Amino acid sequence: MNLLQLRQLTPARVAIGRAGHSLPTNELLNFQFAHARARDAVWTPLDPTCLANFNPLHLQSQAPNRATYLRRPDLGRRLAQADRTLLQPGTYAAAIVVADGLSAQAIHHHARPFLEALCAELKDWHLAPLTLVQQGRVAIADEIGQLVNAQLALILIGERPGLGSPDSLGAYLTWNPKVGRTDAERLCVSNIRTEGLAPALAAARVATMMREAKAHQVTGVALPSVNVPALP
Amino acid sequence: MKRFPDLKTLLAKAAPPRSGDQLAGLAAASAEERVAAQMELAQVPLKRFLAEPLIPYETDEVTRLICDGHSNPAFQPVAHLTVGDFREFLLSEETTGPDLLALAAGLTPEMVAAVSKIMRVQDLITVAAKPRVVTRFRDTLGLPGRLSTRLQPNHPTDDLRGIAATIIDGLLYANGDAVLGVNPATDDVATVEALLRMLNHVRETLDLPTQTCVLAHVTTQMEALRRGAPVDLIFQSIAGTEAANRAFGINLTLLDEAAQAASEAHPGANVMYFETGQGSALSSNAHHGIDQQTCEARAYAVARRYSPLLVNTVVGFIGPEYLYDGKQIIRAGLEDHFCGKLLGLPMGCDICYTNHAEADQDDMDVLLTLLGAAGCNYIMGVPGADDIMLHYQSTSFHDALYLRSLLNLKPAPEFEAWMEHAGILENGVRLSASKALPPAFERLLL
Repeated sequence: MNLLQLRQLTPARVAIGRAGHSLPTNELLNFQFAHARARDAVWTPLDPTCLANFNPLHLQSQAPNRATYLRRPDLGRRLAQADRTLLQPGTYAAAIVVADGLSAQAIHHHARPFLEALCAELKDWHLAPLTLVQQGRVAIADEIGQLVNAQLALILIGERPGLGSPDSLGAYLTWNPKVGRTDAERLCVSNIRTEGLAPALAAARVATMMREAKAHQVTGVALPSVNVPALP
Repeated sequence: MKRFPDLKTLLAKAAPPRSGDQLAGLAAASAEERVAAQMELAQVPLKRFLAEPLIPYETDEVTRLICDGHSNPAFQPVAHLTVGDFREFLLSEETTGPDLLALAAGLTPEMVAAVSKIMRVQDLITVAAKPRVVTRFRDTLGLPGRLSTRLQPNHPTDDLRGIAATIIDGLLYANGDAVLGVNPATDDVATVEALLRMLNHVRETLDLPTQTCVLAHVTTQMEALRRGAPVDLIFQSIAGTEAANRAFGINLTLLDEAAQAASEAHPGANVMYFETGQGSALSSNAHHGIDQQTCEARAYAVARRYSPLLVNTVVGFIGPEYLYDGKQIIRAGLEDHFCGKLLGLPMGCDICYTNHAEADQDDMDVLLTLLGAAGCNYIMGVPGADDIMLHYQSTSFHDALYLRSLLNLKPAPEFEAWMEHAGILENGVRLSASKALPPAFERLLL
């Protein structure tokens, strides 16, 4: 066995060679390219037309722009004051929220196939109107779910880009959403992307978790182990 | 003329710009206010930090640890100084490394945090380079002219062969003399035990003069130890207030138990490994209105109680809401290294950033080079600088070679001897990628 064969055993950047004590040129530039893609993902604005066929309600957090969003996570967790009045209370089984988070590209690439698969699974659910939030953090779904009076909130959100994963989507479920819920009260499915957990498979997993949450009236660490299809 | 109502306000206003202090609403409102605070801070007698704890003694066990652990005899050489005089004392050619090691027990985290706020980058480097904090387990770390690395072979699914392959790659780049340390993707006892056994097998097979560690929660590691798993170092993330440590699921009593169990397994060795990082107290809303760099220095008071083998700040991991860009990360890394060294700790640094921070590889190269000049005990070794489990960028195996070569630093002496013996060096030159692996290495992957 030679060094290069180590690469078959791990996706880590092993056996990449060297130029003096530094990287070979191709490895140096491959890394820079991956970082550039991740940086672009953070700064790409959410395309408001990306889910037009779902006719979503457009909302904005209290973070007016990306630079503020990155420095003030607290603002990304709250709806802009003017947008609160756009939400009407009803009696909903669930509210589905889509937010850019740290990668709008994750929404652009994966939200549509995920939602199509999820809606097929949830035909008998009374769902609140879909909302699409700019400059949102996970906890903004607590406020939205509370305002529309939904039993359960699901937020699809762009995850912090990794070097090899600029467009990874995360899904968080929160039972009885209201402002002030903690992360320990949520369930999470992460790494939803073509090369990770495929969107359609992730939607099936999330639908199962939603049914479990409804049956037990809880999410988070208090929910008994959820019986869902294993990750690939 | 005093403008600032109390010590913690003064410290926060005097702190160099930091997004986390702005997020907390503690930062100076203008550049002028910041320097005015630094001028007032320079006039504060060091004794005032002993008289005015930042958090009431009764409500915080870290404060009690700081107050009760303070050595008045050790403090005497600087007891008459103000913060400004203390800076000049530290920089003086007459103040040596051994002087600073002897002083450590007389210093509190607040004193060293205060003086760091009125020091420039070159001051932080000059002073931190003086003391050598030497610790020992299977090899000797922190000696003059040495730079060690933690080999960090993380894998997204804790795959044992994948991790072993990464360790081999790192060893061939002369990394791993501080520790072979895995962050597990899954924090359960069975996973941690399997990882510990694999790491120990690698270490024993290659007769490596280094230590192993699986960086799970301290309670998981203690349970693995009770079940008979081969535990070398016990690891824990720590912070500078009792409430922030509670958010980590720990307190001093628990750490006391862990340190005792590890010491019984390895008598005479430094057996603890701690990680810290500015912003952790604020992120759990446990900062008591204290700026993040002072909170960080208080975490070192927790660390030094246990005479650890390794302590490192994970300086850019927490994200831009605490350290916004490369400039803030670089300064914070140097402050943390300086404060830890002054308090007598064997400081290393995880020189790192996330993709939503305004930072890149050039910033890491700058901090890496500066910390090498400052005498940092160890850095991280991550293949290609890309941690595929934790999704952030740290320093690479190559970075350690760069720094050692540039500054004429070597690995720990026992590890250096092992490298010659193991055939990693061929006539003083490392193996090329096309060469066959040494047989002992290859057997580990079968």
